[in-house]
Amino acid sequence: MRRDSQFLKFLNLLLAKPCVGSVGKTGLWRTFKPIYHRDKCIKCLLCWLYCPENSIDVNENKTITIDYDYCKGCGICASVCPRKAIEMVVEGE
Amino acid sequence: MSITKTVPKIRRKVLIGNYAVAEAVKLARAQVIAAYPITPQTLIVEKLAEMVEKGELNAKFIRIESEHSALAAVLGAAAGGARAFTATSSHGLLYMYEVVWWAANARLPMVMAIVTRSIAPPWNIHSDHNDLLSIRDSGWIISMAENVQEAFDLTLQGFKISEDERVLLPFAVGLDAFQLSHTAEVVDIPDQRVVDEWLPPRNPYIPYVVEPGQKFTVGNMGPDEYTMELRWHMYEATERAKRVIKEVDKDYAKISGRSYGGLVEYYKTSDAKYIVVIMGAWSGDAKEAVDKLRDEGIPIGLLRLRFIRPFPLEELREVANGAKAFIVIDRAMSMGYQGILGIEVSATVNDLVQIRNVIAGLGGVDVSIDDFYKIFKKHIDSIEKGEIIKPISIDWYLPWFKNRAQSNRY
Repeated sequence: MRRDSQFLKFLNLLLAKPCVGSVGKTGLWRTFKPIYHRDKCIKCLLCWLYCPENSIDVNENKTITIDYDYCKGCGICASVCPRKAIEMVVEGE
Repeated sequence: MSITKTVPKIRRKVLIGNYAVAEAVKLARAQVIAAYPITPQTLIVEKLAEMVEKGELNAKFIRIESEHSALAAVLGAAAGGARAFTATSSHGLLYMYEVVWWAANARLPMVMAIVTRSIAPPWNIHSDHNDLLSIRDSGWIISMAENVQEAFDLTLQGFKISEDERVLLPFAVGLDAFQLSHTAEVVDIPDQRVVDEWLPPRNPYIPYVVEPGQKFTVGNMGPDEYTMELRWHMYEATERAKRVIKEVDKDYAKISGRSYGGLVEYYKTSDAKYIVVIMGAWSGDAKEAVDKLRDEGIPIGLLRLRFIRPFPLEELREVANGAKAFIVIDRAMSMGYQGILGIEVSATVNDLVQIRNVIAGLGGVDVSIDDFYKIFKKHIDSIEKGEIIKPISIDWYLPWFKNRAQSNRY
């Protein structure tokens, strides 16, 4: 972003650029935690497609890794998974 | 106001207030105008639409379905780097209220003319100042004109002040319904080439520009501390704006020959014991009443507020230092307390002078020179007698009221 004035640096507080976790580790908000069972996974990647927080990373062999720093535990991945390869458990148990 | 003779090319035209504002917007080469019609403002944007249609003004004129959208479009244009303008009145301003705050908090420069009009019910298109003052706390720079020439000057200056990187706050030009908006006066208009030099095209990169290929959002959610910090920066900007307003006023004198002196206009205040505080078109009538009282040997002066935000705190205190009492004339009421200017002025100089707050002219009720004379005389006599009204003095000026209350129309 080009800005012609050094004086206006404070506007960075007003303008949000895409970046990881600008408001901190939102994974702390989680009540339910998704657990990935690799053995049941058919690598359809629906969970990756539907995750609203972009917290599912695809590995080279098309299995997935869940980013628990930012996953809020909404459960959408578990809900869309055709093989129930993602299981929601109560956080901390 | 001081007038200098040696200025470059001036055209002299007879214009109503609304057309004068439109002329100023044209001279400023506004690039985007979005507005919704409302009496008494309509003629401003009607004229601008005509100018765009005729090819005299190279701007995008957006016809839009509501005032909320009108200011939102202007806000978007300003975020896109354009010099943008809108105008409204009364209910229109209230309808765009949400975006009023967005514009200021997003620190986007723009100019809006607010032709002051009372708020219904009863339905009324005449002037009082409650609509303009409803945006008092939003962060807009708020000015108020006394005559058509000043409405023109403030509009033109508004772009320069608003776009100054020390300010970067939206700018409102207030002018009274009909008394200015539809009243023709002689207006001196500087030459386009001179204005172009004085007010170059807006630098779109100050404060920031939303453009294709740039990934960012304005005003996304963030930590609470961000909000408070940004408010502090706004406060600092309003403080700096005081200086910028004075600078621009001086600078403007070079192309127009006119200088108003800044946030206030002093009228016979230097040796005055009684100071009238007032703003808007009726200040002219109040000045004539001041003259009459001066002829009778009463040391009275007048302080006209040209700007409400930032508030001319230092100027008021300076004048209060030598004075005995302030008579604050209000065309806007804060229900449950006192007149809005009354509140502002009390908070500023209550420790130095006695304050009398007069509520008059609401709903556009005509207040003549004689009325002003009676109001000033009444309060000066009362103060001379040693009467002190505490904690606050509110005087509703309703000379017709007794007759109405006794008539069978009640």
